[in-house]
Amino acid sequence: MAEYTVVKTLDYKGLACPMPIVKISQVIGSVAVGEVLEVLTTDPGSLSDFPAWAKTTGQAILETKQEPGLIRIFVKRQK
Amino acid sequence: MSMDVDKEIAGIKAKMESLPGAENKLTMVVLSGDMDKLLAAMIMATGAAAMGMKVVLFFTFWATAALRDPAKRVTGKNLISKMFGMMLPKGRNKLKLSQMHMAGMGASMMKGLMKKKNVASLDQLFEVAGQLAVKIYICEMSMDLMGFKKEEMIDYPELEICGVATMLAHAKESSVQFFI
Repeated sequence: MAEYTVVKTLDYKGLACPMPIVKISQVIGSVAVGEVLEVLTTDPGSLSDFPAWAKTTGQAILETKQEPGLIRIFVKRQK
Repeated sequence: MSMDVDKEIAGIKAKMESLPGAENKLTMVVLSGDMDKLLAAMIMATGAAAMGMKVVLFFTFWATAALRDPAKRVTGKNLISKMFGMMLPKGRNKLKLSQMHMAGMGASMMKGLMKKKNVASLDQLFEVAGQLAVKIYICEMSMDLMGFKKEEMIDYPELEICGVATMLAHAKESSVQFFI
């Protein structure tokens, strides 16, 4: 996995479907193309929803880390 | 020669764009006035908007009652319209569950559970839908049948009254169409 720097961490812990996707879609435009956001979520649906959202909207998921009770998703703005 | 090819490509492009279902858009007909079904509709609508899709909702029949603003009063209704107004839910927070309603107990339990699990309420979903420019049309005929007036409907940034042709025109262009 290539190195990258997280420009902002977004705390979406506790939020249920569809809010994590809604929130990331509202935030992604505020960072520059190429920048990486870290999303903290407790919604297991996010594991499949973030890749689906990224595929549809043309963004990239660099990495997904699962920790006990927490999911960390690294999202790169591609366009 | 290359002129002809360019022309040809432009022609194909124009044709492609007018093909049914070419637009990245979701058109959803919301007929049900049940709380659970409206929740599902609003989750799909806001989700689709987050996915970068244009979203158009067409509220018809029982669903129109869910768009009423409980704080608004209108006068000048006839007896039947008044009856409809009294018997149908006054707004999205007065809807029934399609199953396990149990005279309101089920619905309150569901609302409590949603709060506990941090699931967005209908109020929050409508607010988000407005922020994401989800368009809501209300069926003119349903409003007329039930005696609802535009003045008693919620304040929503993209709210308009229309007929079936408007919905069909949107549906034809959309890559996804749902009926709830």
